[in-house]
Amino acid sequence: MADTRNERVPTVIADRVPTVIADRVDIVYRVNGTGAGRGSATAALNRILRGKKAEQTAGVRKVHAVKSVSFTAYKGEAIGLIGTNGSGKSTLLKAVAGLLPVENGRIYTNGQPSLLGVNAALMNDLTGERNVLLGGLAMGMSREQVRERYQEIVDFSGINEKGDFITLPMRTYSSGMAARLRFSIAAAKDHDVLMIDEALATGDRSFQKRSEARIRELRKHAGTVFLVSHNNKSIRDTCERVLWLERGELRMDGNTEDVLKEYEKFTGGKG
Amino acid sequence: MSQVLDTPPPAPATPEDDPAALAARHGLTVSGARPSLPAYIRQLWARRHFITAFATAKLTAQYSQAKLGQVWQVATPLLNAAVYYFIFGFLMGTSRGVPDYVPFLVTGVFVWTFTQSSIMAGTRAISGSLGLVRALHFPRAALPVSYALQQLQQLLFSMAALIVILLCFGVPVGASWLLTIPALALQFVFNAGVAMVMARMGAKTPDLAQLMPFLLRTWMYVSGVMWSIDRVLSNQHLPQAVLLALECNPAAIYIDLMRFALIDTFHASQLPHHVWAVAIGWALVAGVGGFIYFWKAEETYGRG
Repeated sequence: MADTRNERVPTVIADRVPTVIADRVDIVYRVNGTGAGRGSATAALNRILRGKKAEQTAGVRKVHAVKSVSFTAYKGEAIGLIGTNGSGKSTLLKAVAGLLPVENGRIYTNGQPSLLGVNAALMNDLTGERNVLLGGLAMGMSREQVRERYQEIVDFSGINEKGDFITLPMRTYSSGMAARLRFSIAAAKDHDVLMIDEALATGDRSFQKRSEARIRELRKHAGTVFLVSHNNKSIRDTCERVLWLERGELRMDGNTEDVLKEYEKFTGGKG
Repeated sequence: MSQVLDTPPPAPATPEDDPAALAARHGLTVSGARPSLPAYIRQLWARRHFITAFATAKLTAQYSQAKLGQVWQVATPLLNAAVYYFIFGFLMGTSRGVPDYVPFLVTGVFVWTFTQSSIMAGTRAISGSLGLVRALHFPRAALPVSYALQQLQQLLFSMAALIVILLCFGVPVGASWLLTIPALALQFVFNAGVAMVMARMGAKTPDLAQLMPFLLRTWMYVSGVMWSIDRVLSNQHLPQAVLLALECNPAAIYIDLMRFALIDTFHASQLPHHVWAVAIGWALVAGVGGFIYFWKAEETYGRG
């Protein structure tokens, strides 16, 4: 694992190709039914009837989740996102994926960034087999591509290591097995920009090792990988650059070692 | 924790490299922008296999926990028809004056159910699949279309049951049965269009899903599912406008077309004037209008 940081691709600044550019991004959530009236029926009705004007009075609260964050990610980089809970890491990734609107600023991307979250939706009542097909098609692969990769996906997930589980409905899987299958499906496609939200925290140690290897492979295929994790070890093993978000602000952006050292000082210990 | 109501002062822009210029130089595009209508249609077409796979998956997942499994695909519509027959044919005697009442009723119930469940599923298409919408990128219209397609597949099962019922009640097989194909195709386009409209509205206001059953039930009772509009209305002295509205009701049009195609005692004289033109018109208005209406809000789905 340790050798990965040494085999970092030496990039010349001049011909680095940006894949994601965030330009002073603000993200604000609006939450209904807080404050005065506490989401009572009359307050809700008032909000519906009076529209925007009533937003302030009827207790719509704004949560400023990401504040003026700017960064540029380049081809072939693996970038870790760290920060304490609620610091805006997942929100930022969702916005980069184009799944959340930004309040101010712009996010420019190369191709379509894909968010690989642990809650990516597959159908629990369907067999693993059909979910592989469905997930592949949903990501925009053709039937033939899915068929070609099918065995690879199943082998990678290791679902069939303990018997023929791939032909059973996903609701019968343990949470770890389901998460592994989801990761395997999502990682089967070569993404331009792949964002992983805590996915490596699931699965056992051997699966984590395999996923880390897969992430390095994806990176070699000229993609950019973002990784959100609370596990500093997996960040060290996979990323060479780290963005540290705290209270929605970009606190540090730089070399993994430097940022993690500061972060560990901040959180008080290894962790 | 990080709840701040005022915007922080903007960070100074990097002097040597303007992000917008850098993005433009490398061909980067703004994330989450709505594609143009032709591009959107192309994307949707590229996902056609996903649409069919999703519909089939939903259909089979529906009864995967039941012991009888896929038998329910046929048993559910049959039981539905039995209940309606018991109430409207047997207890209330609505059948008076309608020849072949059972085939008449069952055709009406099945065809109506197709529209009703497409609209219901459309209302929840986005709000009920937020996990999928928030995790993956695909043209969102794939969802309502897929739900409508699932209902079409469901209807094909019902049609198999319907044919058995028709034969049991001695309705002769005729060449006019082939007319069911264009009638179903038009109804599908209509349903998919309305499902897309409802999907956009339901995505913004999930409360609609609570309201729709009441609207749909009202619509069902005025669509002549259990009674013959033609016969009941000929005795009443209703204003011309009301009669016209009842006759041009798309649900009634598609139901009557199907009855005309399948049941030999249901004559062309019972159909409203220009019935095919009206059926095509409704399909076009709902299909094209619904698609454009849905596309207009493409970038907003699954947010907030």
